[in-house]
Formats: sequence, C-alpha cells, structure tokens
Amino acid sequence: MSIDWTSFTPWASLSGGVIIGIAAAMFILLNGRIAGISGILGGLLIPKKGDVLWRALFVAGMVLAPTAWLLTGPLPEMQIDAGYPLLIIAGLIVGISTRYGSGCTSGHGVCGISRLSPRSIVATVAFMFTGFVTVYIVRHLLGL
Amino acid sequence: MNKHFVSAFVTGLIFGIGLLVSGMANPDKVLSFLDITGNWDPSLMLVMGGAIAVGVVAFTLIKGRTHSLWGEPLRLPTRQDLDSRLIMGSLGFGIGWGLAGFCPGPALVAFGTGAPKAIVFVVAMVAGMAIYELIEKSRTKAIS
Repeated sequence: MSIDWTSFTPWASLSGGVIIGIAAAMFILLNGRIAGISGILGGLLIPKKGDVLWRALFVAGMVLAPTAWLLTGPLPEMQIDAGYPLLIIAGLIVGISTRYGSGCTSGHGVCGISRLSPRSIVATVAFMFTGFVTVYIVRHLLGL
Repeated sequence: MNKHFVSAFVTGLIFGIGLLVSGMANPDKVLSFLDITGNWDPSLMLVMGGAIAVGVVAFTLIKGRTHSLWGEPLRLPTRQDLDSRLIMGSLGFGIGWGLAGFCPGPALVAFGTGAPKAIVFVVAMVAGMAIYELIEKSRTKAIS
C-alpha cells in the first residue's frame, strides 16, 4: 500500500462529510426518518398513500444539487471510467442488493453507525470488504 | 405546503451538496479509496468520519424520544438480528460499488449533472430495485 498524497483532499472530504452529517441530522430531528438513499428511492417503486411526496422531494433535492451548485461556480471534477456494459451490471447489482441488505452507504454507513446499530455496522464492514476485494480483483488481478 | 415536505427537499439538497463537496460524487475518487493495495486515496474515510461525528450527536439527542422535534413519529429500524439477507445484500452491494464507483446517493447527484453514464447507471439501479420488488412479490405469493 502507498498513500496517494497528491489526490488526498482531507479538508474538502471532512467538510463534505460534516454537511452530509447535518443533512442526516436534520432528517431524523425534523422528519423523524433515517436518510437512507436506497430505501427512500426504492420506496417510490411500491407507492403507498401518503408515502410518496416526501420521498420524491428528497430525491429531487439530491438530483438538483448540481444545479444549485452551478449558481456558485463550476462543478467539481467527476470522472466515470466504467464503460456502459459495466455501468449497467453495476447498477443492477447495486439496486437489487441494497434493497436486500436494507441499506447502502448512507443508511447503514452514516446513519446506522451513528446510532450504533449492530446490523448497520456488520453491513458496512461487509460492503467495504467486498468493495476493496472487487477493486483489487479488477485493477490488480485482471489489470483492467 | 407542509413543512415536512419542504425539509425533505432541503435535506436532499444539502445531502447532495455534501456529496459534491466531499468527492464522493466522483467515481474515480471512490475507486481510488477502495484501492487499498494500490495508490490509496484515504480521503473518503474523512467523509464518513465527519458525517458520523455529526450523526452521533443527532441520534443521541433523539434517544428515548418517540417523536421528532416537529412531532413526527420517529421511524427507526428496530431489528437487531443479523440475517443472511442483510449480509448477502451488503456483500453484493460492495461488489456493485467496487465495479463502477457509484453508490445510490452519489449516483443520484451525478444523474443531476446530466452525464449520460450516470443516467445509465441510475436507470439500471432503479431497474435492479424493481427486480427486487418483483422477486419479493412472487416469493410472498408462493408462501401464501
């Protein structure tokens, strides 16, 4: 292992994290809900009465974040190296498995760990582990 | 308009801006973080650290309460058991995350930039969530 100091962005990442934490805090303190993106989005697919609008508005807020950002300046760098077939496969896997696993990086990784949920701690360790292993296989064993 | 709907939108917006600030919305940076055996960029550890530091305060504040500050019922997961769905789902999620560098929140933000690759990922992810619902529906039918 070597650390890529030239790409290391401690202050941006820490302050971005704090902003994410503020959003998660607002949602539980005001709306009484966990800010788990896969759950909020997935819940829109089986619409229940009175349970649609808040989900749609939360998703709309996230989708409009880059537009709001553009009012202040250019968007930060976004580089997507994966090709279309891989993006489709990865998207399908992420969609199915976050619903099976009841959450993703936000619901388990941020909110779940913040409330010391044993299920979320196990889930986070599990997806971090396979995330590391997948990148190791793709980059270093297959050399893609 | 009901204030809960406003806060749902604003929370989504703040969450999305946090993801942009932190670097999480850049799949290339996410993959550099997951590449621990290569040239590792540890920045995203600080995203989780910052988010959890704020999250812990919020979840401590609501401990023991039944309603949010705005009087909404608190909807917190109550399960404590570790089942195979949680573990297999989370392991699967890490594979999808490691393949393209997108998890659900950052994917929605990237979708909002109009990047074609992000749009394809989000469509596939939502399709994956729909497949989950179909499997669950046929499963509950088979049981009953």
